[in-house]
Parts: sequence; C-alpha cells; structure tokens
Amino acid sequence: MVALIEIAGLTKRFGSFTAVNDVSFSVARGEVLGFLGPNGAGKSTTMRMLAGFMVPSAGTARICGHDVQTGGVAARANLGFLPEGAPTYPEMTVESFLRFVGRVRGYRGIELDERVERALALTTLRGVRLQTVETLSKGFKRRVGLAQALLHDPPVLVLDEPTDGLDPNQKHEVRTLIRQMAPEKAIVISTHILEEVDAVCSRAIIIAGGRIIADATPEQLANRLPSGRLEDVFRAITTEPSLAAA
Amino acid sequence: MFSVRNTLAVAGRELAGYFATPVAVVFIVIFLVLQGVLTYNLGGFFDRDQADLVPFFGFIPWVFLLLVPAITMRLWAEERRLGTIELLLTLPLRQSEAVVGKFLAAWSFCAIALVLTFPFWITVNVLGSPDNGVIACGYIGALLVAGAFLAIGAAMSALTKNQVIAFVLGLAVCFVFAVASYPVVTDFISTGSPGLAAFARRISVGERFMDFTRGLIELRDLIYFASLIGFFLFLNTILIEHRKAD
Repeated sequence: MVALIEIAGLTKRFGSFTAVNDVSFSVARGEVLGFLGPNGAGKSTTMRMLAGFMVPSAGTARICGHDVQTGGVAARANLGFLPEGAPTYPEMTVESFLRFVGRVRGYRGIELDERVERALALTTLRGVRLQTVETLSKGFKRRVGLAQALLHDPPVLVLDEPTDGLDPNQKHEVRTLIRQMAPEKAIVISTHILEEVDAVCSRAIIIAGGRIIADATPEQLANRLPSGRLEDVFRAITTEPSLAAA
Repeated sequence: MFSVRNTLAVAGRELAGYFATPVAVVFIVIFLVLQGVLTYNLGGFFDRDQADLVPFFGFIPWVFLLLVPAITMRLWAEERRLGTIELLLTLPLRQSEAVVGKFLAAWSFCAIALVLTFPFWITVNVLGSPDNGVIACGYIGALLVAGAFLAIGAAMSALTKNQVIAFVLGLAVCFVFAVASYPVVTDFISTGSPGLAAFARRISVGERFMDFTRGLIELRDLIYFASLIGFFLFLNTILIEHRKAD
C-alpha cells in the first residue's frame, strides 16, 4: 500500500496553547479515515496544516510525497480540500465558481467544460448551476464546496465535515459517493457524526486535546466496550483518556 | 515560476465580482459625479477659458484617495471574513499570483472608471483645441496614481479581516504619500531634519503626478511608480504568506 498522506510530528501552538500536539499518521490509497474528536480537539487545525493553509509549529505533512510547505503547489494540485464551513464566493453562480476553480487547476476549453459538468453531476447540482451561491440553502452550499474539491478527481481528498447541514437523503448520496471513490483515493473526513464513521470509514482516529488517543478500525473501537457501540466508546475515551490505551 | 494563467484566472474572477455586486455601479457613479462637480464648479473649468483638463487632473488624486481604499478594503479582508481565503490559498497557485491577480482586477476596474470620463475630453475638444498629447499623459499619470493607491490599499487589506480597519489604514497610508511634498508637511519635517524633508518630497505621489499633467513622462517617475507598486505588492505577498490563517 502506498501512503498518499504522511503526517509526522505535526504540532501547532497558538501562544502558550497547544492546539495540535505531535500528531503522526499516514493514509494509504483505498483508505477512508474518519477523523473524530470533540469540538476544539484540533481536527480543523490538523486539516488546515495538511492542506498547507496553516504553517505548523513543528512536524511535516506530505501529500503524494510533496511536502505541503516546501512543495506547496505540487502538493495542493493532488489535493481536493473542503474547508470547514464550505466557504464559497456568495456573488458567483455555481457554474462560474466551478469554472474559476477549474481554470486555476489548469483546465481549458472542452476539458474545463467536461470537468465542471462531471462535478455538477456528481454532487447533483445541475439544477442550480446558474443560481448565485448566496441564494442557495446550507446543504446546497456544502455540495458546491464538495464539487470544487472533486473537480480535478484528486488522489487525496480532505473533507472537513462534508455532510454537515445536509438532509438525510443528501447525506446518503454523499456517503455513497465517498464509498464509490474510496478504492482509488486516500480520503480523510472529519466529523462528529459517529454513524458516518460506521457508514463510510475503514479506519478511525480519535483526537482530543490535540493528541491522537485512538487509531483503529471502527469495529475494533466499538468492541472496546461491552455495549459494542461506537458512541459509548467515543464518550468514554474522550472524557476518560486513561481508557484510550485499553 | 509565476503563472500568468493563474493570475488572470484570479483577476477575472475578482473583476466579475465587482460587476456582480453594486460595488461597480456605486463606485463609477460616485467617481464621475465627484469629478464632474469638482471640475466644472470648484475647478472653474469654463471660467478659465482654456482648452485643457488641468482642473480635472488636479482633483483626480484626491478623489482616488477617497475612493480607492473603498475598492481595496474588501480585497483580502472580505476573503478572510467569508473564509474563502482558505479555499483560494489551498488551490494550486502561489500567493504572489493571487496578490497580483487581485491587484490587476482592481487596476483594470479603475481604468474602466477613467475611460468613462471621456465626456470631459470630448467637452474640451468641442470647445477648443487642446493638446491631446498632454491630456493622454495626464491619463497615464492618473492610472499610475490609482495603481499606487491600489497597491497600498491592498496590502493594508491583507492585515485585517475588518473592512473598516482596512479602509482607514489604506486611506491613512495613501494620504501620507499624497501630501508628502506639500510645503506644510515638508516645512514641518525640515524643522527637525532637513534630509527627511527632501526624502518626503521624493516619495510624494502628488509631485510626480504633476509632471504627467504637464505632459512630461520621465523615466524616473515611471521607475518611482513601478517601485512603489512593486514594493507594496511584495509586502502584500509577505503579509498573506505569514498571516493567511490568522
């Protein structure tokens, strides 16, 4: 297995506060990693450092072998990133926004048209392509963010809460989409919806207080407590870190 | 390597953004009304009995001083507030490409506003026979003044996510460059250190612009504007590089 994402000793300090503390893991092609943790645990900070947006205080992150700090453009070319809150330009139409992203990703002419069409189809956005983003509901905006991340069919996908704000049907569609893409890609999704981990992830990392406190398959994690429910395990180890080693 | 394609993609998106919101219309209307009132009324355009655009160009730096920071205040502050900076800077482009792209968009926008002042030019040509070479020089100078103020304002916008702060900082720094050669300022400085007063005269935008309105295009003035714009775009890139996630 080839590790497409390699994170080693990643640390981020804000003044005296350590948001992410010595986090290391790698993700191979075919893996879907669920990145879990309570609010403020350091999930988004880790993802921002992985995307090259935040400069780590220590440690390195690599995407397809390119260091995100020293080889940023090459690393980002292989990355599809959905930032927290799925930000998009409100005054742009869905289609013009995706065409802009496509142009920066180096597509021109017919290829650009095809890429945009494919991304619109994957995220079922064809019906709203000419609407401005500010007129869309929260679920649609999230899908625009997702479409932008999938446009160039990247080997690495980093999605910060991809199903937040979606209705149950849309959640189902996005999970199906992630499962379909999984064999070809290394995918990291952050979430605090635990059923999502069961539904799509082949592996789960739980982070609390900036540290990794568990790294296993969802089944292994669930079996740590007699109830066999991931939710109970999550609550137990994020509030009682001594259980993490169990 | 600096990619012109990426720069143009960013510039195109930004420029379309002005026209997708009321920003463009409000700016252009206010600019033309202000220039009209100042030139025809305060400037005594008709009473002078001379076929030139001296009063028109005399007011341009002051109108730009007020309006240009209003264009630049949103350039980066808005991206920070919406979170789209995270999206933009995790695309495979260099920070410098984003900085130059945004600057070019704002500069083209100012150029459009300047082109729309053509009725002034028609007026003097109908009423008399002005030296159109001098007028052309004046327009080139006005465009360079706009570029200098835009570069300053854009760098100030990169400092903050608050548009009001971006506007006030942009206005303040542009003001320093606009008035640096005024006797009030240089007399005040020269009481303390005469050398500094000479320096203040050299960095003044107003002084250089006056050469253009007299029909003089001097190499040192062109170098001055190019260095001023270049310096603030460089500063802008450094600010974005180091404070992108703040």
